[in-house]
Amino acid sequence: MSTTTLPPTEKTQPVAAPRGTISDRSRAERKLGWLLAGPAFVVMLLVTAYPILQALWYSLFNYRLTDPENRSFRGLGNYAVILSDGLWWQALLVTLFITVVTVVVELVLGFALALVMAKALSSIRPVVRAAILIPYAVITVVSAFAWAFAFRIETGFVNSWFAWLPGITADTDWFGGQWTSLLVICLAEIWKTTPFISLLILAGLAQVPDVLQEAAKVDGATWWQRMWRVTIPNMKAAIMVALLFRTLDAFRIFDSIYIMTAGANGTESVSFLAYRQTIARVEIGLGSAVSVLLFLSVVLIAFIFIKGFRIDLAQARGEG
Amino acid sequence: MSRNSKDRSSGRAATRGRRRQLGGAAAAAVLASTLAACGGGGGGGSAPVLNWYINPDSGGQAEIAQRCSDASNGAYTIQTSQLPRESSAQREQLVRRLAASDASIDLMSLDPPYIPEFAQAGFLAPVPDDLAERVTEGVVQSSIDSATWDGELVAIPFWANTQLLWYRQSVAEAAGLDMTQPVTWDQLVTAAQEQGKLLSAQGRRAESLVVWLNALVESAGGSIIEENSENPEDIQLGLTSPAAARAAEVMNTVANSGVVGAAFSTSSEDTSATEFEGADAGFMVNWPFVYSRALSAVEAGTLDASVPEDYGWALYPAVDAGQPSAPPFGGIDLGVSAVSQNVELAYQATECITSDENQTYYMTTNGNPASSAAVYDDPEVLEVFPMAPTILESLEAAANRPQTPYYSEVSGAIQREYHPPSSVTPETGERAQALIEAVLSGDQLL
Repeated sequence: MSTTTLPPTEKTQPVAAPRGTISDRSRAERKLGWLLAGPAFVVMLLVTAYPILQALWYSLFNYRLTDPENRSFRGLGNYAVILSDGLWWQALLVTLFITVVTVVVELVLGFALALVMAKALSSIRPVVRAAILIPYAVITVVSAFAWAFAFRIETGFVNSWFAWLPGITADTDWFGGQWTSLLVICLAEIWKTTPFISLLILAGLAQVPDVLQEAAKVDGATWWQRMWRVTIPNMKAAIMVALLFRTLDAFRIFDSIYIMTAGANGTESVSFLAYRQTIARVEIGLGSAVSVLLFLSVVLIAFIFIKGFRIDLAQARGEG
Repeated sequence: MSRNSKDRSSGRAATRGRRRQLGGAAAAAVLASTLAACGGGGGGGSAPVLNWYINPDSGGQAEIAQRCSDASNGAYTIQTSQLPRESSAQREQLVRRLAASDASIDLMSLDPPYIPEFAQAGFLAPVPDDLAERVTEGVVQSSIDSATWDGELVAIPFWANTQLLWYRQSVAEAAGLDMTQPVTWDQLVTAAQEQGKLLSAQGRRAESLVVWLNALVESAGGSIIEENSENPEDIQLGLTSPAAARAAEVMNTVANSGVVGAAFSTSSEDTSATEFEGADAGFMVNWPFVYSRALSAVEAGTLDASVPEDYGWALYPAVDAGQPSAPPFGGIDLGVSAVSQNVELAYQATECITSDENQTYYMTTNGNPASSAAVYDDPEVLEVFPMAPTILESLEAAANRPQTPYYSEVSGAIQREYHPPSSVTPETGERAQALIEAVLSGDQLL
């Protein structure tokens, strides 16, 4: 059987101008880009940079909202208090745990769902997509309530449905311990945000040229080989972008914890810690310092992803 | 004055918007409507509008607001705005608004533990002396205490809540308990164990846990805060006292007795009320709402009428025999915002809101007990609340939670250390005390 296909490398490599020179077209494009994005960029700076700088400034003070007269400069004292407190490290560990578990499970599940959406018959494709997307359309607080009600002893059905599983009885108190609480919190998060990851992966799947699949098939590659050697390498950028967005999002987890345990039983996340210092205790200085540390953690994660995994966000433009 | 300039500027913005494009016009329209909404509070020549931020209830406060507006003969109109359900969330919202000098708040329904914080921060307008005298006449002492800070009345007592010991008459009888005499926690645990019934309390990591601990410490003759101070570092705590150790012992005994519900470490007042309506119910400490709750369930057909008939009530259990208990105190006091434009009218309104007539209405329809002792003699109240005399007796013996501007820190630290109740030992007090001291001096997170 002889089919003629283009060599895959030529098809997938973006056509780029030689290094160092910029063509007229791309200069004009760049200018247009700034003009189009400029106003949005200025607004973004106003609404994000200002609060960030303000938080940075407040974090250097001992400042209680109900006692503004006694505001005093504390330097880096707030940071010293936080970083020497076991509570911060516990919150950080819990946050990392939730992030890693949910993102890994979501990636695998999301990939599977994306494959289902991609392969579904065109007649049922809209229905499948809508069904998969529903959890993502649910407000996080509402989803947290739904999961909390399902698992609570007084209102839940989980205990009676799954009583046949070892370790689950009618009296299993899911929110009474750290690990069981974290399990439910992770489940709720996974249910809620897997659709997001699967959407991004679906977009990535669409980018893999069919000719490559055909060529691999012709060469006798199995489904598994095609997946590992053709599909995944060609959509690495999409996977990494999905991972980056979800990791940043997961790291800021708040709603589910607030609704399900209110931070009890060692389920407090870093966001929750910041909320309690700033909003509940009205210690603006200390709370701002926690927020700044949270911000730095998020920046660090983004940096590791972009530099460490060499994500080229421009690759998603699909040039060439 | 600001209204006119706002109108003019929004008008200018709208004109410019129309000249530009659709997006600009839409933005200006949103802006104009926001400004109009802001200006609306001032009223337009008719009676001044008083904004009353209320805690959620069954509509009683809105009805009282209507009644008082009518009774004022046009002097003022009271509008209600609902706060979140949790009292900590109510405080969060009010503190943020008041710290930003939000003039849209005139009246507030305040949970008593947070009153010192509001008063200390200067959020509350001073109560006129003559009014203070009138609104505290015939009011139970625990309610006056709850509205007092630094020796002065800073809020107006409205309604007063207290927890009772609820029991199933059939269970108490079978256990041979004489409920006309004060009973102790130990007696209740033993009786519940013998009868195979539940003893329901609130073990959730929430304010209700502090309510329980405070009642136990006060009943044992101690106090969570022994000596108060405006300076957080000088506050003397009593969590290492023998009374606090005894309280911890009782808490541990109850939590590990095997007679509490399966989800004890997450059980709230509602969980307890549900348990007490069930087949295993024996004893429960809870607020009086449980009675009207059971009656409504009977009306709705979800509960057998024989269940509430079996309900009995007595004073809160004692820690040690022979030493009377100090039941928990709750309820709501009214605060008037210091930045309100209508302080005088707002104080006038509080007098109407807290009248005996309105308190009677509120108690009989919404189930929230009055702070005025005279209300408890009302035949209507006695008919709806057969336990009214017990509630009054309990209110007279009730102890407030520790009064301090740093209440949320004290409460938060207690919740952290005393949860789950099954792990509480007398040493818990030492840890909690050290934590509160470190948090108040800014050396530790909470």
